[in-house]
Amino acid sequence: MKKTLILTTALAGLALPAAAQEVDLLSWGGAYGNSHLEAYAKPFEAETGIKVNMQDADNPATPIKAMVEAGNVSVDVASVEYADAVRLCDEGLLETIDPAILAAAEDGTAAADDFIAGAVTDCFVGTDVYSMVLAFDDSKFADAKPSTPADFFDLAAFPGKRTMRKGAKFNLELALMADGVPAAEVYQVLGTPEGVDRAFAKLDSIKNDVIWWEAGAQPPQLLADGEVTMAFAFNGRIFNAAQAEGKPFKIIWDGQIYEMEGWVVPKGAPNLEDALKFVTFSTSPAPQARAAEFISYGPPRKSAAALVGNIEGTEVPMGPNLPTSADNMTNALGSNLDFWVDHDAELNERFNSWLAS
Amino acid sequence: MAQASDPHAASAPGGDANDGPLTTADGQPLGRALRRSQRRAKRRAFLLVLPLLAFILITFVVPIAQMLQRSFYNDGFSANMPQLSAWFAATERGTDPDDAAWAALAADLTATAEARTIGVVGTRINYDMAGTRSLFTSTGRKVRDGIEPPYREALLEIDEKWGNPRLWSVMREASSPVTTNFYLASLDRTRDDDGNITMAPENQQVYVMLFQRTFGLSLLITVATFVLGFPIAHLLATLPMRRANLLMILVLLPFWTSLLVRTTSWIVLLQQQGVVNDLLIWAGIIDANGRLQMIYNRTGTIIAMTHILLPFMILPLYSVMRTINPSYVRAARSLGATSWTAFRRIYFPQTLPGLGAGALLVFILAVGYYITPALVGGSSGQLISNMIAMHMTDTLNWSMAAALAALLLGSVLALYWIYDRLVGIDNLKLG
Repeated sequence: MKKTLILTTALAGLALPAAAQEVDLLSWGGAYGNSHLEAYAKPFEAETGIKVNMQDADNPATPIKAMVEAGNVSVDVASVEYADAVRLCDEGLLETIDPAILAAAEDGTAAADDFIAGAVTDCFVGTDVYSMVLAFDDSKFADAKPSTPADFFDLAAFPGKRTMRKGAKFNLELALMADGVPAAEVYQVLGTPEGVDRAFAKLDSIKNDVIWWEAGAQPPQLLADGEVTMAFAFNGRIFNAAQAEGKPFKIIWDGQIYEMEGWVVPKGAPNLEDALKFVTFSTSPAPQARAAEFISYGPPRKSAAALVGNIEGTEVPMGPNLPTSADNMTNALGSNLDFWVDHDAELNERFNSWLAS
Repeated sequence: MAQASDPHAASAPGGDANDGPLTTADGQPLGRALRRSQRRAKRRAFLLVLPLLAFILITFVVPIAQMLQRSFYNDGFSANMPQLSAWFAATERGTDPDDAAWAALAADLTATAEARTIGVVGTRINYDMAGTRSLFTSTGRKVRDGIEPPYREALLEIDEKWGNPRLWSVMREASSPVTTNFYLASLDRTRDDDGNITMAPENQQVYVMLFQRTFGLSLLITVATFVLGFPIAHLLATLPMRRANLLMILVLLPFWTSLLVRTTSWIVLLQQQGVVNDLLIWAGIIDANGRLQMIYNRTGTIIAMTHILLPFMILPLYSVMRTINPSYVRAARSLGATSWTAFRRIYFPQTLPGLGAGALLVFILAVGYYITPALVGGSSGQLISNMIAMHMTDTLNWSMAAALAALLLGSVLALYWIYDRLVGIDNLKLG
């Protein structure tokens, strides 16, 4: 019975030649968009015959909000940050995605067990994990090398200026981890007034030696110029400077804080059915692993990690450079979205007031 | 208008009835004919400016008005929680929530959770009471599966935060879409449980200080551009044409260069491993361990912004100085004035219209400057515009951004008014 069903579906698929079958995909452009094109869109076209039209946006969440509110949706699948996905979902602007459509791992593990915690929600399926990591200029520390968040705050042992993102998010978590709070308890501690005081007190200890960055391109530049010896920055930026430009930058994975990006389907997507097919295909382990070869963002599926090969165009394995690699996850913190939507304004006001004082 | 411009037309109808009104060749009263032709001309003139008017309305006036409206109008709560808002409207402040209130809350929560608008409601309440957005969204996820009376116990069972009197006070505030809370927050003030205005906790006070810093730094930058720009403008105005043109290009070239390029070149020059520090070390003025911190702080903001805004001071000054007749100063000198007196009493007063225009331009641009302080300001060189940008893009609290922007706009307009009283806006010469 089941076989006939598959057969008839296949025949029906054949009978209807790929007339208007297409998916409009909205991504970010750049190296990241390229990884979507090479690892997801092209293989998907080759396998299913459904054409994928790629478009770019600065942040796809913004046009999606505008499209759905105006009732004129021209995008089927979009890549957005986790925080935006939750926000859009809460505002009812996204289709819900049934987790049952996700492909199982190759060894048969169910998708639900294969994805890391939080990677699949009502409206969102994770495609990659990026993280905020500590990095240092290897040439500036001849003997002992920094290796923990505590070392970042130790100006005596590891002299030189630091650079951190201007804002409360990530920095407060890092400060607590440097102060000895285990990753698993960070948000619990940060939820109390004493915990926030404790984080700010820790930041106080290096305040005079920090240059605050706003754009992601700044930290590798500051490291390269010798303005700072250590940085707290996005892993992809540091990786690119080290890999493509041969800078002596090393990443400390201890205390990394990771976040996710992934697919959402806007409410009223014109090609819903094909869109879901694309989501299923692109979040299966092999394409996930392939995407990670183009950019140093890790697949959110455990079974995809082993499939990741060499950095595209080189003989160097990509695996150890991914935030999701098992060795790098030993003391890692998943950024807590609920905490930040609740406390963003309050903690940023306090942060700015602290900065200015 | 038409009558006023023509005395004959004005006096004709009511004037000498004996002679009859003045008429045109085809026998029409002259006044009416004139009015008609002028009206036609005016209509044509209006049609000519119509595209510009529409453009300004659509791209400038309407968006700004809409944005400013957000600073005092936010219906995120009231529009989505109608039953509870009605209960608040019907009861006095300080009334403890009764069964009707809890039932209204449960009904509204269920409805918004179904419609997936509960995030909007939670966000609105979170503006006034941090930590409540997730209370709404998580409760929404639970009530979507159904909620049974008694509602008070059921909701407290889901999360005991629902019993917090401060939450109810904040919800009462939000039940009216018109609110002053965003302006209060912009001035580091907040409301306590009883709705009285109090100061925000000390470690969250930041806006008043940033407003002061913004105006202080803008004033300093205006003075700096004046001190640097005045001699250059004078030189430009008095040199022979060919050399003046060359100098003019030197002034205009940076003016035409991208703002980002100029800002980043200051970073290259001023950073600790930068050109200026290297030169100072080479010249033996400082030693290698004493490299100066000239950027990522207030100094960097002042230097970079002064350079970027300098042409806005030089150009109006130059255009006014060009028109000053040199014989006035010569006359003053020949009448016995020292060169200083001649400058102070004859030359300088004549440059005031240009100085006024330049100072106003530089000051107003500096007050709203965003990208340069963001890149070179570090922690001590942040301005209020950076907070507006943060609320626009990071926290997505557009009401707060609008309130801060409205205060900024209001204070600039107030300064403009003071300027008009002191100097007179007619004395302004932009070129």
